[in-house]
Amino acid sequence: MNTPSQLCTFYVGDLFLGLDVLSVQEVIRSPELAQVPLAPPTIQGLLNLRGQILTAIDLRRMLKLREPKEGSDRKASMLMILRTANGQVALVVDSVGDVMELTEDTFEPPPDTVPSAVLHLIQGVHKLDRKLLHVLDAEATGSCQAAIATAA
Amino acid sequence: MSNDLQEQFVRDMLTESYEGLDRYDQAILAIEQGEADNDTLNDIFRVVHTLKGTAGCLGFHHIEKISHTGENLLSLLRDGALEPSAAIADGLLKLSDALRAMLGAIETTGTDDSGEDYTPLSDRLTRLKDPDTAAPPAPVAAPAAPATATETAADANAGWGLFEDEPAEAQEAINAAAEDDANAANQGWGLFEDEAPAPAAAETDPTDEAAAAQGWGLFEDESESAPEVTTDPAQEARENAQGWGIFPENAPQAAAAGQAPASTAKPIAKAAPKTAAPVTANASVRVDVGLLDKLMNMVGELVLSRNQLLQLAQNRTISQNEITAVSQRLNQVTTELQEGVMKTRMQPIGNVWGKFPRIVRDIAADLGKNVRLETIGADTELDRTIIEAIKDPLTHIVRNSVDHGVEMPDVRVAAGKSAEAHVIMRAFHEGGQVNIEIIDDGAGINGEKVRRKALEKGLISEDDAARLSEREMVNLIFLPGFSTAEKITNVSGRGVGMDVVKTNIEKIGGSVDIHSVAGQGTTLKIKIPLTLAIVPALVVRTAGQRFAIPQVSLVELVHVDGEEAATAIEQVYESPVFRLRGDLLPLVFLDEQLKLRAEDAAARGALNIIVLRADQQLFGLVVDEVSDSEEIVVKPLGQHLKGLPMFAGATIMGDGTVALILDALGLAQHAGALGNNHREIKSVVEASEKDTSSDITPLLLFSVPGRARVALPLAAAARLEEFQRSDIETAGGRESVQYRDGIMPLVRIERILGTMGGGADNRLSEQVIVFQSEDRSVGLVVGEIRDIVEERFTLQPGTATTGVAGSAIIQGQITDLVDVPTILQATGLRGSRHAA
Repeated sequence: MNTPSQLCTFYVGDLFLGLDVLSVQEVIRSPELAQVPLAPPTIQGLLNLRGQILTAIDLRRMLKLREPKEGSDRKASMLMILRTANGQVALVVDSVGDVMELTEDTFEPPPDTVPSAVLHLIQGVHKLDRKLLHVLDAEATGSCQAAIATAA
Repeated sequence: MSNDLQEQFVRDMLTESYEGLDRYDQAILAIEQGEADNDTLNDIFRVVHTLKGTAGCLGFHHIEKISHTGENLLSLLRDGALEPSAAIADGLLKLSDALRAMLGAIETTGTDDSGEDYTPLSDRLTRLKDPDTAAPPAPVAAPAAPATATETAADANAGWGLFEDEPAEAQEAINAAAEDDANAANQGWGLFEDEAPAPAAAETDPTDEAAAAQGWGLFEDESESAPEVTTDPAQEARENAQGWGIFPENAPQAAAAGQAPASTAKPIAKAAPKTAAPVTANASVRVDVGLLDKLMNMVGELVLSRNQLLQLAQNRTISQNEITAVSQRLNQVTTELQEGVMKTRMQPIGNVWGKFPRIVRDIAADLGKNVRLETIGADTELDRTIIEAIKDPLTHIVRNSVDHGVEMPDVRVAAGKSAEAHVIMRAFHEGGQVNIEIIDDGAGINGEKVRRKALEKGLISEDDAARLSEREMVNLIFLPGFSTAEKITNVSGRGVGMDVVKTNIEKIGGSVDIHSVAGQGTTLKIKIPLTLAIVPALVVRTAGQRFAIPQVSLVELVHVDGEEAATAIEQVYESPVFRLRGDLLPLVFLDEQLKLRAEDAAARGALNIIVLRADQQLFGLVVDEVSDSEEIVVKPLGQHLKGLPMFAGATIMGDGTVALILDALGLAQHAGALGNNHREIKSVVEASEKDTSSDITPLLLFSVPGRARVALPLAAAARLEEFQRSDIETAGGRESVQYRDGIMPLVRIERILGTMGGGADNRLSEQVIVFQSEDRSVGLVVGEIRDIVEERFTLQPGTATTGVAGSAIIQGQITDLVDVPTILQATGLRGSRHAA
């Protein structure tokens, strides 16, 4: 199969990530999130998207990335609204890049050395010129099992 | 005909037919009782006739065929050529079951082949037409056993001519499914009409797949995958059908289970309507055209207001007046629109009750009992989400009444009652809530037996058991894990019962209370709010975050000022408590519970305690600030947050931010405030009895026809009683009742106060305040006893009405105070209390 797929790209920390455009409903600047006490740490809060209440997932925690240095501005974060089988979910990311059209030629599944806790989220990588684009599984990322399992 | 159009026709037919069949069932029951008139017969004849016609047009020949047989029988009944009999009624009811099953099959699969063989039913209906040779009522459900199931598949084959060249596996799969299904259908049969679509859904998936594949000639390769799909849904449905008696929640799941594999196997999803089985019956709402026009007008107004607002926003400078005018208009339009839309969601409770006569009839027949169900107030309206939510609990209660409450006819006769038992369902609005009562005149609940059972099962401690009042004993049946059924019937008694009913009703903000008199019957009272979507709530603030608390769980607010606050909280070991009118109230600090604040809590100034009720117990929730009371729109939390029981949902506040809604029960459980001992809250009455030292007079608040709020000092009344209307007799020209081995005269308060009676109310019992002096008692019949309040008040004299001492503001509302001496005089009891 060599049909090109379109990926919506974004950064979390230094990690360059992509999600299938078809699963991304929209990208918005993050409004102030309502904290949910006692929620798993991967849940960053709740937001009001035109009258609908969505859960915002902290992708950084979910991918077990290091927390940003003290004082760095996290306000600038963006929200990617995903459509999943279980409804909509917002992912908190640092910045949003372009939509890229890529084919299977550059694709490779993740190596086994990737920690198993994160492995199920990453479908594979696209080998780009100077960097690797990690392709996330939208269903797995948005599912509640993933959020809670990672938190545990 | 385009597929869309066809689908639309089918959907219309389904909705119409289900409605028709509901009417049909009721009519048949009337016929059985011998109460049917010509109009009813005409009506149900038309129902069947229309169904036959439409089904024929749309190509559902199974339905057409069997309705035709039924129609023939009905036309004989209508023309008077045939006398209605129990056998005929039974046969006609079986016909409605069969039609429902077929409609259910259409809904899920698009064909009317529900996998049952209806030839025996058809034969039976034909036989019934000839009264002389009318065969003994052959049980129709019985032949639906495995033997027929295989036949069905064969029959389906022959009848449709679709499967001839299908692969053998598919055939087998169909057979297996049909067999499973017939079993399943048999298990749950007759008790619950809702059940029928579920097995049907499961069964017909593979058939449909094969049939459709053949019919369209598009998906030949699909039939290969049929065998895998088959076993699962059928199995599921059967399990569900067996577990049925417990609680009917599973039905949609079963249907969904049947549905899901079908769609994952990529069948012709478009050919079959995508909705799950039980949906059609509730998928559409009938709205009065006048109301719809009004709504449209209001939407027009809304658009105008929006335009105004947009224009205003363009202006550089906006004057305060302009913005006020627009916002007022917007406010008014929105409120009206909200009310209007709410009205469209309101449905008469009769929609749910409609199926009960049939349920009661079937269970009673099953158990060999003789029961008459009477419904009062079927036009009482409720929000449709609530109607949905109470359907199952109500079914359970009614089944319980018939199964456990009502005795066998011979026992009844021996106890001096009529052989026919009487179950009454009654609904009415009161004070913004809907009351539903299920009353039976059965054996009542033996409180002593309940207590023993609860002790045996270790649900309560010896100490608690010894202190219980009769009423509290009866209420023990709501404890989880309690079931008094001596033997497990297929109707009830599986140990999961009343506690589920209670939880489900409390989930929608309602309450259940049970009252039982041994040997005379049981009354179950349910109070539920009118609507769920928008609830009044109290907004509080803690550690900078806002939370909403639904008013239903709120009991009172206590504010303790700075100096006192420091000493107000005491500790029992390490648990903080507060003395509320002499009782210790366990305290729960919201910030601690939610781990919101790291710094020491000692810095607190004034103390805000919100007294909440959770599972019959009180606890105090300490928050930083009580902001406001607001109507909030409840929105569910996402999947990720389902594991947090202390939140009932979230809501969007006026400024667009999100606030969490606290769940009193979840919060109490989280904080461990409930404990294991089921200590009942001391009722307000007991509290007031203890508190005699204070100078506050406890008042009994009640209503009188024509006067909403009347009060009298509690001390004047000896007891509060409730008498059935049927128990009121006339002695010496006065209404009297037998009371404590004597005759107690009754006096209606409206006579004394000179107010008009409320007209024909349909209450079955009378609330009576008993006055006593020496050895004589007199009962004062009042409207409804509302509350007992303790409040300081100032009496303002000046009403000229006899029997009224004056008015006072009680609970923030003007209330008339009854002049007790005058009343006593009027009742003929010149009591010793003539001091005032």
